[in-house]
Parts: sequence; C-alpha cells; structure tokens
Amino acid sequence: MKALLTTLVFAPLLGAIVAGLFGRRIGDKLSMAVTTALLFLSCGLSWFTFANVAWGSWTQHYVFQLLPFIDVGAFQSTWSIRLDTLSAVMLVVINTVSALVHLYSWGYMAEDDSKPRFFAYLSLFTFAMLMLVTAADFMQLFFGWEGVGLASYLLIGFWFKKPTANAASIKAFVTNRVGDFGFALGIMTIFWMFHTIRFAELFPLIAAKAGTSWTFAGVSWSALDIAGFLLFIGAAGKSAQFFLHVWLPDAMEGPTPVSALIHAATMVTAGVYMLCLLSPLYEYAPVAREIITVIGAITCLFAATVGLAQNDIKRVIAYSTCSQLGYMFFAAGLGVYQAAMFHLFTHAFFKALLFLGAGSVINGMHHEQDMRKMGGLYNKLPITCAVMLIGTIAITGLGIPGLDIGFAGFYSKDAILTAAFQSGHSQAFGYFAYIVGTLVAGLTAYYSWRLAFMTFNGTAKWSHAADHGDAHGGAAVAHAGHGHASSAQIETHSEPDVTADHGHDAHGHGHDFKPHESPWVMLLPLVALSIGAIFAGGVFAHLFIGEGRDAFWRGAIYTGANNHILANLEEAPKWVALLPLVASVIGLLVAAYFYLLHEGLAARLAANNGLLYRFLYNKWYVDEVYDFIFVRGAKALGDLFWKGGDQKIIDGLGPNGVAQVSAKAGRGLSVLQSGYVYHYAFVMLLGVAGLLTYAMWAWVR
Amino acid sequence: MTGILSLVTFAPMVGVVAILAMRLFAPKADEAAVANSSRWIAMAVTLATFALSILPILAFKPAQTGMQFVEDLTWFAGVHYQMGVDGISVLFVLLTTFLMPLAILASWKSIGNRVAEYMICFLVLETLMIGVFCAMDLVLFYVFFEGGLIPMFLIIGIWGGKNRVYAAYKFFLYTLAGSVLMLAAILTMAGIAHTTSIPALTAYHFAPGLQIWLWLAFFASFAVKMPMWPVHTWLPDAHVEAPTAGSVILAGVLLKMGGYGFLRFSLPMFPYASTYFTPLIFAMSAIAIVYTSLVAFRQTDMKKLIAYSSVAHMGFVTMGIFSGNLQGVQGAIFQMLSHGVISGALFLCVGVIYDRMHTREIAFYGGLVNRMPWYAAVFMLFTMGNVGLPGTSGFVGEFLTMTGAYGASTTTALFAATGVILSAVYALSLYRRVVFGELVNPKLAAITDLDWREVVIFAPLIFGALALGVYPHFITGVTQASVNHLIDLWRAGAGG
Repeated sequence: MKALLTTLVFAPLLGAIVAGLFGRRIGDKLSMAVTTALLFLSCGLSWFTFANVAWGSWTQHYVFQLLPFIDVGAFQSTWSIRLDTLSAVMLVVINTVSALVHLYSWGYMAEDDSKPRFFAYLSLFTFAMLMLVTAADFMQLFFGWEGVGLASYLLIGFWFKKPTANAASIKAFVTNRVGDFGFALGIMTIFWMFHTIRFAELFPLIAAKAGTSWTFAGVSWSALDIAGFLLFIGAAGKSAQFFLHVWLPDAMEGPTPVSALIHAATMVTAGVYMLCLLSPLYEYAPVAREIITVIGAITCLFAATVGLAQNDIKRVIAYSTCSQLGYMFFAAGLGVYQAAMFHLFTHAFFKALLFLGAGSVINGMHHEQDMRKMGGLYNKLPITCAVMLIGTIAITGLGIPGLDIGFAGFYSKDAILTAAFQSGHSQAFGYFAYIVGTLVAGLTAYYSWRLAFMTFNGTAKWSHAADHGDAHGGAAVAHAGHGHASSAQIETHSEPDVTADHGHDAHGHGHDFKPHESPWVMLLPLVALSIGAIFAGGVFAHLFIGEGRDAFWRGAIYTGANNHILANLEEAPKWVALLPLVASVIGLLVAAYFYLLHEGLAARLAANNGLLYRFLYNKWYVDEVYDFIFVRGAKALGDLFWKGGDQKIIDGLGPNGVAQVSAKAGRGLSVLQSGYVYHYAFVMLLGVAGLLTYAMWAWVR
Repeated sequence: MTGILSLVTFAPMVGVVAILAMRLFAPKADEAAVANSSRWIAMAVTLATFALSILPILAFKPAQTGMQFVEDLTWFAGVHYQMGVDGISVLFVLLTTFLMPLAILASWKSIGNRVAEYMICFLVLETLMIGVFCAMDLVLFYVFFEGGLIPMFLIIGIWGGKNRVYAAYKFFLYTLAGSVLMLAAILTMAGIAHTTSIPALTAYHFAPGLQIWLWLAFFASFAVKMPMWPVHTWLPDAHVEAPTAGSVILAGVLLKMGGYGFLRFSLPMFPYASTYFTPLIFAMSAIAIVYTSLVAFRQTDMKKLIAYSSVAHMGFVTMGIFSGNLQGVQGAIFQMLSHGVISGALFLCVGVIYDRMHTREIAFYGGLVNRMPWYAAVFMLFTMGNVGLPGTSGFVGEFLTMTGAYGASTTTALFAATGVILSAVYALSLYRRVVFGELVNPKLAAITDLDWREVVIFAPLIFGALALGVYPHFITGVTQASVNHLIDLWRAGAGG
C-alpha cells in the first residue's frame, strides 16, 4: 500500500524530470509518451485507491512517513503520504483530469515547438498537487501549495515571448503570494497556539482552545477565529476569491489545457480542499466561517455578473470558475464541507470539459477566442458541440427535482443551496447565501447558454472573416468609438500562432478559412469527461452527501455536535430546491431570446455602452484600483526609499560627504592609478597593526 | 583530529607560497603562463582545502555542545592561539571552502590582468575567513575578522568595475568605523575579565550596565557587516564594482560574519543587553525587509537588485537570531548558509551574461531564453530560491525565522511576512525583464548558452539549494544541540 501510494505520487515527478531534463535528447514523442503513460498509471492507481477507500477495506486514516523535512524543536514536519477519504477524492480528481489533459495536449500542442517543456510542467504541476493533498502537516501542504503556484506561473507564462503572458504569470504568482502571506502567518499562529503543525496531533487539541483569546499584532482576537481567518487568506488567494481573484482571468494567457487542469479543476480548488481539511478548526471558528461565507457569496455573484459581459470564450469560463468556487466557499463557510467537496468533485469534470471543449473550438477556429467571431459551428464541430452542450447542462444544474435525475451539477449545486437555506435557521448568513446562490444560478445559466449559442448557433461570423472590413465583428467596432481602447486590448488576447514562424498561412484568417473538428486525441478526453459530467453527480451523491456519507468520510471531515445541516436537507420545503431551477430556466430563456431569437440585439445593447454594461465589462474596475494603489504605490515607495532614503539621507549624511573629499583626492592622485589602492591597503594594515599593538599594551598594563 | 582546524585554515597559504615561489624562481616567465599556473594552483589548493574541511564535519559529534577539535597554544602577551568549532561554526567553515573553488573557477576567464596577485588575494582571504569561524580567542578572531577586509578591499579596488575606488572606499570606511568600536570593546573586556578566550568570556558575567555598551560596540561592527538597515548602503556599491567572484564571496561568506558574530558574542556574552535591544533589532530587521525589498524592485542594475535583496534576506537573519527561540535561531543559521549558496549563485548568474556582454543593465537584456535555455533554467531555479519557494533552501530559513519572530513578536512577523510578497515582485520582474520576451537587442543575437565550465560551477550550487531545501536536516541536525545550548545561556543570563 505504501509502495502503491508512493508510486502514485512520484510517477508524475519522474515524468517531469525525464521530459524536462532529457526532453531535447529523447525527442518530443518519447517525452510526451513517458509523461502521459506515467500519468495514466497514476490515474489508474488513484481509482484503485479510491475504490478501496470508498467501498473496500482501507478504512483507516493512513500516514506513511517518507523522510524528515523541517525538524526544529516542536516544529516537526515529515514528507509523508496521508490517505483518508478527503485525499482519496482529490487523488481521483487530480489524476483523472491531469491524465486526460496530458492526452488532449498531444493534439492541442501538436504545432508547438517546445512540447517536452510543456509536458514536463504539466507533470510537475500534478506532482505538486498530489503532495498538497497527501500532506500530513502544514509544511508539506505549503510545499505543494507553492509548488502548484510555481507550475501555474510557468504554464501561464508558457509562451514567454508574449508580454501579456509574462505579465499575467507574474500577477498570478504575486497575488497568490499575497494569499500565502496570510497562510504563512496562519501556520505560525497554529504553531505557537498548539506547538505542533501535524494535522493528526493538532485536531484533537483544537476544541480546548475554543473561546480563548490570542494576541496578534497588538490586538486581542478570538484565538481560533484569527487562525482560521489567516489561513483563509491563503485559501482565498489560491481559489481566486474576491479581492484576490484578479489573477485568474488573466491566467487564461496560458494554453487552454492548462486552464482546464490548473485553473478550473484542480489548483484553484485547493483552497476549498484546505477549508474542508481544516474543518476541525473551522467548526470552532464561527466568525472566520461567517467571513468565508460572505466572501464566497460575493465572489459567486461578482464573477457571475462579470461573466455576463465578456466576449473571450476562455474568460467567460474563467469567471464561471471563479463564481463556482464562490459556491464551494460559502458552502464550507456554512459548515457543509461535504457539499463543498461534492461540488468540487463534479465541477472538476464539467469545468474541465467546458475548458477543453473551448480549446477544441479555439483549435478548430485557428486560434480565435472572440465569441463574436464565431457562431454556427454546430455542424462544423459536431462532437465538440455535443460535449459542450453536456457541460453546459451540467454547470447550469438542470435536472428534475422530484425524480432526482440530472447531470452532475444538479446534485451538488442543489445540495449546496438547500443546505444554505437550512443553515439559515441557525446561521446569520445562511439565507443571504441561499438568495445569492439562487440568483447566481440564473446568471450562470445565462452566461453559459450565451456562450453555447454565440459559439455554436446563429450566423457564422467567421465566413466573412476574409472580408477585412468586418473582421472585428459588430460590437468591437461599436466600442472603438467610445474611447474603449484599453478594454479592447484586454479582450483580444489570443493564443499565439506557433506555426507562423514556418511560413504557414493556414492559420491566418486567410481566404480558405474553415473551422474544423479536432483530432481524436482531443475528442477522446472530452468524451471521457462528458461521462463524468453526466454521471458524477448521480452516482456519488449518496456517498458524498447522502445516507452513506458517514461511512464514506469516516471522520476525514469533522462536523461539530450542533451541525445537523446535512441531516436536515430532506426537511427543506419543496420550493427551496425548485427556485434555483426556475432561475436557471429563466437564464436559459433570456439567453435564447438574445442570442437565438433576436441575434444581434445583445450586440446593439452593448454598443449603447450603458453604465452597468461598462461596469461589468471592465470587471468592476478592480484591476484599475489595484494598479493605482498597489503597483504605483510600491513603485513610488521604492523610489522614495532609494533616492530619498538611501542616496540623499543615508549616504548624504554618511560616507558621501567624506567621499567627495576622497573623489577630489582621487583626481589628484589619478597619476598613481591603482598604486594608491595599495596605498590604502597599506594604511589599513598599519592601522590594524597599530590598534592591535595598542590593544596588547593596554591589556598587559 | 587535533590540528585539523589549523590545517584547514592555513591550507590555502600553501597556494600562496606556491604562486610566490613560481614568481621568485621564474621571474622571466611570460604573463600568460604565470596566469595559467596561478589559476591551476589556486584551483587545486582550494579543492584540497574543501576536501580537508569535510573531515571535521565527518568526525563532528552533533550531540556535544562544547567546542570540538580544540587547539590551544600560548601566543603572545597572554593571548592564546585557540581554535575550535561547535555546531554553529563548523558549517560556516564548510560553506567557505565550498564556495571558494567555485569562485576561482568563475574567475577563470573573466580575470585577465594580474592573475597571480588576484589568486593570492583570494587564497589569503580564504584563510582569514576560515580563521574567523574557528578562532576561539577574541584577539585572534579580531585579527582574522579585520584582516579579511584587506584582500576584499584589494579585490574590489583593483579588479573591480569603473567606479571601483569609490566602492572600495565606502566599503572600507563603513567596516572600519564599525570595527574600531569593536576593538575598544575587546580591550575593555580583556581588561575586566583578564582573558581573551571566548569560552572563558562566555562564562564570565559582565555587569548589565557595561553589557549595554559592549553590546553596542560589537553591534556597530556586526550591523555593518550584515549589513543591517540603515548602514547597508556600502553593499550595493561594493557588489556592483566587485568582480563576480568577489561578489560571490562577499555575499556568500563575508556577510555571514556579522550574523555569526551576534551568535558567538552578543547573545551569550551580553545576554542582558541582547534582551534589552531586541526591540531595536526587530524594528531594524522589519524595516530592512520592507524597505530594501521595495528599493530592490526599482533597480536598473542586476547586481544592485540582488545586493538589495541580500540586505532584505539578512533582515530575516537578524530577526531570527534575536527571536531567542529554537526556530528563530536555527532558521537564522539556515538562512545564512542557504543565502550563501543562493545569492552566490545569483551573482554567478549575473556574471555569466556580464562576461558575454559587459553590462549589468537590465534594460540591455530581454529574451535570453531564446538563445540560452539552460541558463534560463538555472537562473529560474535560483530566482525561486531567492523568492523562498518551498523545496529550495531559501524557504526553510525564511519560514523558520518568521516563525521564530512570531513567537517573540507577532507584529515583527507580520511585517516580515510582507517580504514573502515583495521578494516575488522584484525577483520575478528581474527574471522577466532579462530572460523572457522576444530577443530584441541585436547585440544579443549571437549570445551563447552555458559552457562546460559554467555548468561545472552551477552543478554543486543547484545540488546544494535543492538538497538543503528537501532535507534541511543536513544542517539542523548539526546545529541543534549547540543552538539549544546557546539559547539556554541567553535565557539564564538574561534572567539573572
């Protein structure tokens, strides 16, 4: 079992090393084959492990220690592999999506000239993510946490020639570091509060600290709430929650398989995973949980509203991810960790599906990402269209409540919203979360169907692409006149045409422009994920949140003595589950009205450029505010300290006064050239000798 | 094993003698031949010294808290030639001997004039640096400590860049100003305690009022050496003008003498004063981290940027030392050793392209990855080390010192933790501007990737940064007992 788990975790690292260091020597094909094969091995072992944990005999919480990591006094950390239900679920999610993304990239990255590097990064990411979820203490968790951040940074900036990609990669890393700032302080708080950073030792100690206070930065706080809040900052950074969400949309600069794996299915859910893992802490930190609930709900709403107005196919999905993460966060905040994990699980399938589907569209459209230049693709990319439809149904949570039949998102979102309503009896923000979540269900349906309709239905805008006058689509032209140059720039990111160097013109918007369906290596993963998007909800609901949940989780998630929300789901009034569905259908109908029945209406409305539209289109202007405060602030402070502090004050008062004299002397002595350097040295030597002599004399006396 | 420390300390002098003998017996040999033989002699001698320095590590007993491999000879006027190492110093000896062959190799091609003198300077410097970490007598320590100034002063002043005289002068002025005060303190201590033996002085209890003054005098010297804000401004200039190998040694070893001094003298000998001044140190450290990180962000010269980042990293060290708990002090030692590897490697990274293009202006570069993929990979690794990414040695020290500081002052830890953000800002923007993007500058069109010599230089540093990052026990296992002992001494002294 230890050997199996070790193989499972380290196989991707092996792949990354082989492809990364020897990729040039062994060639593209072999690098890709090795990494992909090892990932499928890992994936197979993960399902085997999961099956054993869920239905088999691996019923304990296992911790296999591999090697000591940091061991200083009570600060004891060990490289280890922790296996419980929580990590088993994550293993399956990570390795399934990663293996499929590896396979998909054979097709998607076919024209790229640094394939070994790409596959090495993907495998490295997978390894870091596996270390994160199998950590048995905070240090390994932090290792994985920052390791996935590194891989994300490398992959967002994969096309390093693009300035926008470089900027986005740094933005992602730095924003995540803001989160890690809180995370690190949270770990330190835990350490000094409990004198351990091992989960197994920590969890039993927590209850005793409930109600005590803790002084941090000169202020007295409720001990467990401040610890929980600081750790939450880390989670918010990684999972792109409001205030720290700014990096996620820009991360779409990376290749689309990366977006699917890292920025939809796995890394961004690490925050949710952490909150659930630390449920023994959060169950005793009600204020921290309320903050999480509110931030989660705001994120959920914010991202959905911004998603309404975006035209880049990947950005819509990115905001959708952000919004769905908001659901998971407020679920965790309300104390229904199981539902949060369940949504994480189903979301991984349908969101990876949507992203990879979008990648297939982008590939088929010769690197076009602007939905306004698409349309009518359903018969050009029939399989892609079909799987995207599945993904859309899954994310919008369509299903039949009475019969309890639906696609994956139906089960998990329904569970979260019902739980939110039920928690409203006992918690301050339960009803608030329910109302926001229901509203967002409608918005989700609107932007998701909008995406589907704009891409696959309506008139084909690309058929006129050869006609230069119309190349930018109606809405973009409308923008040009409204002083929107900056936003227009933001929007026209597209993935670079890697073959341009070779004089290929098939990928320009040339005369023979024809969208095409993707090769089977790309379609196969899509089909596999579709199966997940359809069935992951129905098959696993019983285990994650249903009657079988206690036997399934076996204490991997802790639920406080007064937390009966999940048990009371059935008691919710019928309309509670029905209302989100109604909202979802309304969203669908509105989208259909704008984009199917009255095509062009939305573009004309956008052209009016109303206040609300501009606000949403520009993402609530958060980036602009941050740029003004933080980026320019840091630059100004840096200049002030450097030129004012160091040069004027410190050097001015200190050595430079004397140095000026020296410079004059230096000019006088310049005939001596380096001779006078020796001179100085000689004086120094004499000085040292003299002082020493004096020292001896003084001491002897 | 008695005598091993002297053997290691003075082994480099064999090289000095060999080079001098060569000059003496073959005065008419042509310059190129002399230069080449000097290089090989220095290389062989530093490698041999490194090999020798492994012996004390192998024979070292980590569980013992006292000095090991002690040598004690009466020198003159009551001063003893007393050598010894404990868990704290033994690793610094290894760091010095480890970096030295790499520094010689890094100078192989870039130093073309007065090579023999250059190698002599480095070999003398090595002896003096090892001596600092082995000396168990205060006067002996002072001789080594101050003596190190001279070869480094010459290295910057003779083989440095355009503005080398100003830089060397500034370096000299700052460090000497500090050490004069330290000398005064040494005299006072010797006068009162009637001994200059460090173990004896550690056991001697100085009066609290006197401790304050002595502490301040030592502090003046160590704060400049670290360097701590606000006496740090000599460092960026010194680095910018120093040849690559000079920067490696300066950042790698010389800066560590300040931290080592705090551990060896300030804490155990002046425990009362150390406690008294802890808030001052915390404030200066926190300011150093935030202030110099922001300044680093605005630099246009690669070496200056890395120099400022060194000051920020040393802020973590001082903070950790004075946190007075195991995590903080262990973290500080770890951070010093790790910084020796990582900042040394970063200066070497700058040296690689400086050797090719003869400029350190960030704006000159851009898009190097297109021509130099291996260089890009190596530079990325050490950039991440500088940022303190877990898995590299940079992380362990940074996190432990912050944890230690949290235990003593949560506010200090709060400020220090912003360094986690800021280091990412300056380090990644440097990397982006130099390595990523299109290769625009036509002068870079023919730039070549790492050659074999450079690969050989970087390989051990890469191994060091990763091995210590994954298995920090290499260091913490050796230092643990000595650090515990040190903290006990401090607590006992401060309480009494």
